[in-house]
Amino acid sequence: MQVTSSQTATVTLPTDEQILITRQFDAPKHLVFKAWTTPELVRRWWTAKRGEATVMEIDLRVGGRWRYAMVTPDGVEVAFRGEYREIVPNERLVSTEFFEGVPEGVSEEDATTVNTATFSEEDGRTTVTILVQAPNKETRDAIVDSGMEAGLQDALDLLEEVAISLA
Amino acid sequence: MARAATTADAFNAVAEPRRRQILDVLVGGERPVNDLVRELGLAQPQVSKHLRVLREVGAVDVREDGRQRLYRLNGRALKPIHDWVKDYERTWSERFDRLDVVLEQLKEEEEGDAGDK
Repeated sequence: MQVTSSQTATVTLPTDEQILITRQFDAPKHLVFKAWTTPELVRRWWTAKRGEATVMEIDLRVGGRWRYAMVTPDGVEVAFRGEYREIVPNERLVSTEFFEGVPEGVSEEDATTVNTATFSEEDGRTTVTILVQAPNKETRDAIVDSGMEAGLQDALDLLEEVAISLA
Repeated sequence: MARAATTADAFNAVAEPRRRQILDVLVGGERPVNDLVRELGLAQPQVSKHLRVLREVGAVDVREDGRQRLYRLNGRALKPIHDWVKDYERTWSERFDRLDVVLEQLKEEEEGDAGDK
């Protein structure tokens, strides 16, 4: 199997309440949309290297709900859920997203983002953009911060591997 | 990540939309203040105020050129923001690397189906 050379996702912060994620894929958009909205397929990529997928629920209709959960190697469940707002097959998907682990005292409303994913194809390649619209800067910043923690976790995992190899 | 909410902080300096606009203009190269006034449609004192904040955090440098002062971007001061976003970006890059593998398989399956017909 020929594996596509990996490219990095591009993340920018267009406004104080937004995050924009962009990446190109070497596949037509109907397949990218399928991999994006089919539970068995999402299971294989969504967790990245960060854990084991436990729940992958997708009720793909307007007003339908979704919920993804995974368990990290140290046994912590991390879960996200939301609702589909707009579905244009192979083109556009608008959904809400809420991280179930928000600190106590933060309301669901204040921590729910509206995510718009668009899929555009050219010469058999698909560009995916995800615009994350947070209700406020605090939530936007907390989401970007979550990557910081994940990055730190990677570093610790690597450190552990190195430590074991030295033992 | 704990960040001090002072004006001498790159995060704070770019939190203001007009200041981000100034940086966007300066990405294109060194500019006199009059250019910025024209592009932003703001009064000069306001532009000067924003430029002062950007200079305080080192995001913008200035030099005299004859009678005008030229402003330019100093990317190094914005590196903490770049680093901050970088870690989040990595999470998505990892996800997408895995999605590449899923897509390769879907493409092969589709080609296989086409061959059977």
